[in-house]
Amino acid sequence: MTHPQKTVEKSAVRQTTVTESVAWIDRIPRPVAMVLLMVIFLLLWQLVYELRLISPIILSTPLETIYDLFYVGKNILSGDYMLVALWVTTQEVLLGFAIAIALGFLLGLLVGETAFGERAVLPYLVAINAMPKVAFAPLFVSWLGFGIASKVALSSFIAIFPVIVGTAAGLHATDENERMLFRTMGATRWQTLVKLKLPTGMPHFFAGLKNAAVLVVVGAVVGEFLGGGKGFGELIRVAASQLNTPRVFSLIIYLSFLGLATFWAVIWLQHKLVFWHKETVAEQTFE
Amino acid sequence: MSMEVACSPAGLPGRPVYELLGVSKTFAKRNVHALDNIDLSLTEGGFSAIIGPSGCGKSTLLKIMAGLLSPSEGSVVLSGEPVTGPRRDIGMMFQQATLFPWRTTIENVVLPIEIREGKRAALAKYGDAKALLELVGLQDFEQVYPNELSGGMAQRAAICRMLITEPTVLVLDEPFSALDELTRDFMNMELQRICQERNATTFLVTHSIPEAVILSDVVYVMSPRPGCIAEAVPVDLPRPRTLEMMVAPRFGEFVKRIRELLDKGAFL
Ligand SMILES: Nc1ncnc2c1ncn2[C@@H]1O[C@H](COP(=O)(O)OP(=O)(O)OP(=O)(O)O)[C@@H](O)[C@H]1O
Ligand SMILES: [Mg+2]
Repeated sequence: MTHPQKTVEKSAVRQTTVTESVAWIDRIPRPVAMVLLMVIFLLLWQLVYELRLISPIILSTPLETIYDLFYVGKNILSGDYMLVALWVTTQEVLLGFAIAIALGFLLGLLVGETAFGERAVLPYLVAINAMPKVAFAPLFVSWLGFGIASKVALSSFIAIFPVIVGTAAGLHATDENERMLFRTMGATRWQTLVKLKLPTGMPHFFAGLKNAAVLVVVGAVVGEFLGGGKGFGELIRVAASQLNTPRVFSLIIYLSFLGLATFWAVIWLQHKLVFWHKETVAEQTFE
Repeated sequence: MSMEVACSPAGLPGRPVYELLGVSKTFAKRNVHALDNIDLSLTEGGFSAIIGPSGCGKSTLLKIMAGLLSPSEGSVVLSGEPVTGPRRDIGMMFQQATLFPWRTTIENVVLPIEIREGKRAALAKYGDAKALLELVGLQDFEQVYPNELSGGMAQRAAICRMLITEPTVLVLDEPFSALDELTRDFMNMELQRICQERNATTFLVTHSIPEAVILSDVVYVMSPRPGCIAEAVPVDLPRPRTLEMMVAPRFGEFVKRIRELLDKGAFL
């Protein structure tokens, strides 16, 4: 059976949408398609508002929200208190990410490369991973206070697991032939690790990083919700308690830029470092 | 006709470099008796092939010869020294001759040197590596990453990687089985040329009878469970061999002889 395939090679990313025939909807150019979807969404939103399906007190109109988006943007650009808050959250995210990467990589090495790690450490990691990690937030606050440290701790705690899994899975990704080849060349364990297992595992490692990049923002914001502080999460909490829905929406949108920025930074790094590995758009985005 | 294939010692006259005496292998796991009492003697510069049904222990034998596995019984001696682990004078090639995609062709070729002697020694070997790549017609692909090479080109680069340490013995486990027949014939002729040029002692595992006959001075036929050498068939076709010889009647006789031996062994 043959499938007509539409495959577009584009830089390092493959767009692989396999369809029997190309429908009209697949021919819409990407920018148009994206704007179209946004317009449909906004219209639906307005409709919900017009029909009073949800009380206007808690649901603003799209226009109000867009207006507030500009207000918040202006505040940030003029270096006012919102920029200060954004910077606090950014610091939490960057520090949390750095710790998650460093510690996650080391734990991944321990679990993926040593029998002791696999036998003794892995079961505990699996158990901890199964816990609802945000529930630790009050503990981190009581240990580390209301400052930035407790948020960094929570965000790295939440984000570390995909890094561990990615690293360990990567170390196990070599095949028998490759390891045997290294043995015939007289490679030491260290050489096999550095010249074979780590490069082979790079795509898995980066898959873990991409998951972590998203989780780290979740951790920072949840930490701020539960532990106060001076970050963006606190602004959202205050706006929500004042039933200022447009403000909540626009703060969330600016916060998502922070998440996107870390995410794209990881993807950029992956392009540079793992240049030989081509993945599909979906793989790149979600795995 | 007797259905039994005698396991007899086999060899070639000439100076022996590689000697296996009574090599047996039993895998402790599930108690698989893979090899039974193998005696082999490879002469210097000779080309031998081993052929046998799937699962009869060919790869196991090769791994033992290359020092990757230790035999349960018996001894393996190369150039007067027992083989106890991977050695520099043994070049080995596997079915999937993996090149590493994060290294250019030439970086792949010098990898064995980099591992044994470090980066600087590897850089110093670039001249040799280039000469080897030229030998197999890859001079324009030194700086290219493997995903831009065809299957046959990658295999040729893998040959260079094996040759860079100047091994005196080549041990090849179905190196070309993933290639199409045309490329494979071509690669086999390349292999013959390289082996003759360097006077390398070569031991090849294959599933193809014509391939075994066209390349070898001796073809060992293995019988399964436990694997042993049923017979050694000397092939006295003149050297250098050419692909035209494959249609000669004498070539056909060798193929037929080996075919019969294999059929006999397969129904034991
Ligand atoms: N590591 C191992 N542990 C246990 N049994 C093994 C191991 N390696 C190989 N065997 C067994 O030894 C026997 C010989 O295997 P081997 O790979 O040497 O066969 P082969 O002749 O190379 O087969 P093929 O032609 O299919 O490559 C098989 O029955 C196999 O199951
Ligand atoms: Mg095999």
